[in-house]
Amino acid sequence: MIHLWLPLTLVCVLAGTGIYGVMARRNAVLVLIGVELILNSANLLFVTMGSVLDDKLRTGHVLTLFLITIAAAEMGVALAVILALFRDRGHIDLSEPGS
Amino acid sequence: MTTLDILFGAVGLVVAASAVLAVTTEHLVHAALWLVVTLGTLAGCYLILGAELVALVQLLVYVGAVVVLVLFALMLTRAPMGRSPQQNSSAVQRIAAALIGAGTTAMFAAVLLPALGGELRPTIAGDTKGIATQLFGAWVWPFELLSVLLLVALIAALAVSRMPSKPDSQESAVPETLAEVMSA
Repeated sequence: MIHLWLPLTLVCVLAGTGIYGVMARRNAVLVLIGVELILNSANLLFVTMGSVLDDKLRTGHVLTLFLITIAAAEMGVALAVILALFRDRGHIDLSEPGS
Repeated sequence: MTTLDILFGAVGLVVAASAVLAVTTEHLVHAALWLVVTLGTLAGCYLILGAELVALVQLLVYVGAVVVLVLFALMLTRAPMGRSPQQNSSAVQRIAAALIGAGTTAMFAAVLLPALGGELRPTIAGDTKGIATQLFGAWVWPFELLSVLLLVALIAALAVSRMPSKPDSQESAVPETLAEVMSA
């Protein structure tokens, strides 16, 4: 038995923290860390609902597995883009205009 | 307060604190290491919620692979060791970001907590067998599609990272076509 306000509050805090991380950082890799936090808040919401709702298809847990896979693929592509950006500009500061 | 409540509260506090530290620390490598703590303790949260399989996948994929990718990205882009306050935006932008982040938190809380926050629910036990049956039964086509997505992402990452940084032939080709388009 668990009170649902605990995981839901953590979902809200993680999403807000991730938004702050995306907006307050200039380094592209640190922006990516904020994106990961937002994704994980969505994951936690899926798992919470999957664990407390009596669903025959186990949608919450299965979709979380899918989302983790998609996040891994997204990280791979994002890393490649950041490396291409670094080779092109010599820095990955997102607040400076490109050449 | 039930036992699960107390456990989740304790682990959730670590998750929230390390997430805040991951986005506020001025050491680049520390941000990645705090992300490890966040994702690892989040796996603990999944365990408390009764989703063992998801917790293990979270540990394997996120803590094992994604954080290593982040650390590689930091190393390959020559991240400075030690404090580097220039990684943060200006104070005005940080205050605006904090306001928007707090606003997002409040918005989600205003939607989720009144709808579901007061309920005391039993958690369904892990049931890995049930998840496996559904994953390879009802969800098998999305699952296969996901393997195609991983392949596409792999090829795309390879293509993007092998892309020449200053393609002379293409650079001269693009303005020509643009000029042709403008003159046409």
